[in-house]
Amino acid sequence: MANAESVVFRKSYHIEGGNFQSAGSVSKKIKQILKQLNIDGEIIWRAMIVAYEAEMNVVLYASEAEVILEISPKKICMIFKDKGPGIPDIPLAMTEGYSTATREMRERGFGAGLGLPNIKKTADNFDIQSTVGSGTQLIIDINIF
Amino acid sequence: MRLKEIIDALNLEILNQGDHLDDVVQGGYSGDLLSDVIASTRKNDLWITIQTHENIIAVASLKDLSGIILAKNSVPLNETLKNAKNESVTLLRSPMTSFELVAALSNLGISGKR
Ligand SMILES: Nc1ncnc2c1ncn2[C@@H]1O[C@H](COP(=O)(O)OP(=O)(O)OP(=O)(O)O)[C@@H](O)[C@H]1O
Ligand SMILES: [Mg+2]
Repeated sequence: MANAESVVFRKSYHIEGGNFQSAGSVSKKIKQILKQLNIDGEIIWRAMIVAYEAEMNVVLYASEAEVILEISPKKICMIFKDKGPGIPDIPLAMTEGYSTATREMRERGFGAGLGLPNIKKTADNFDIQSTVGSGTQLIIDINIF
Repeated sequence: MRLKEIIDALNLEILNQGDHLDDVVQGGYSGDLLSDVIASTRKNDLWITIQTHENIIAVASLKDLSGIILAKNSVPLNETLKNAKNESVTLLRSPMTSFELVAALSNLGISGKR
């Protein structure tokens, strides 16, 4: 997280688990903010990869989440804190191709097991913590410079 | 090549016109796994898929794609059409398979190079 003084923008959002209809809407709101702040297109592009993957994981696997977007002159920080089943084995979940997606989810094109690995690859800084039976928290930084 | 010229050349059906007919399309991507597509597409890419769920619209919109072509005359859900309208995403359709569409686009000079 950035120092309180250097944060130029801070906003929080809510994601509802299981709601496919509105899935992607928080990512879209974040994109609008980044565009308004005139952030470089390539950086927005990377921010959208991580935001969408993190948002979809909440929609697919958790009950709800709070998202905090913090923008400082140096970076975009996104925190996804969900209430949900948690992840029992994080290294396994971070493995490309590993997925517990149901058949229904796979029919929709989810469940490649690439979301978390994509976030890690795309972010400049990535931290994941999870408590089984309670929830999962992702902290994702994208550097602006 | 502009998207509208590609639509004419391949005789694509316009399911939702959206905002992108004048986009200059240089590249494309073909895929049905959303995590793969979100990570691999570039701005103004044309995306070929057989996925018909509303989530394809969010992917196209977030990644600023010029459009989606539904291959094999896949039938989009009502929600998909609704979201395409709301988000001005250009949604197209063709009886061709993904493979045939890629070949046809390649003939027009649209490259898949990453
Ligand atoms: N927020 C979460 N809460 C609980 N489990 C999660 C959460 N995020 C991921 N997981 C678990 O980690 C696995 C891997 O996640 P990842 O995003 O890499 O792939 P996926 O969602 O299964 O497929 P894809 O993202 O390619 O559509 C998931 O299948 C799920 O079991
Ligand atoms: Mg995922």
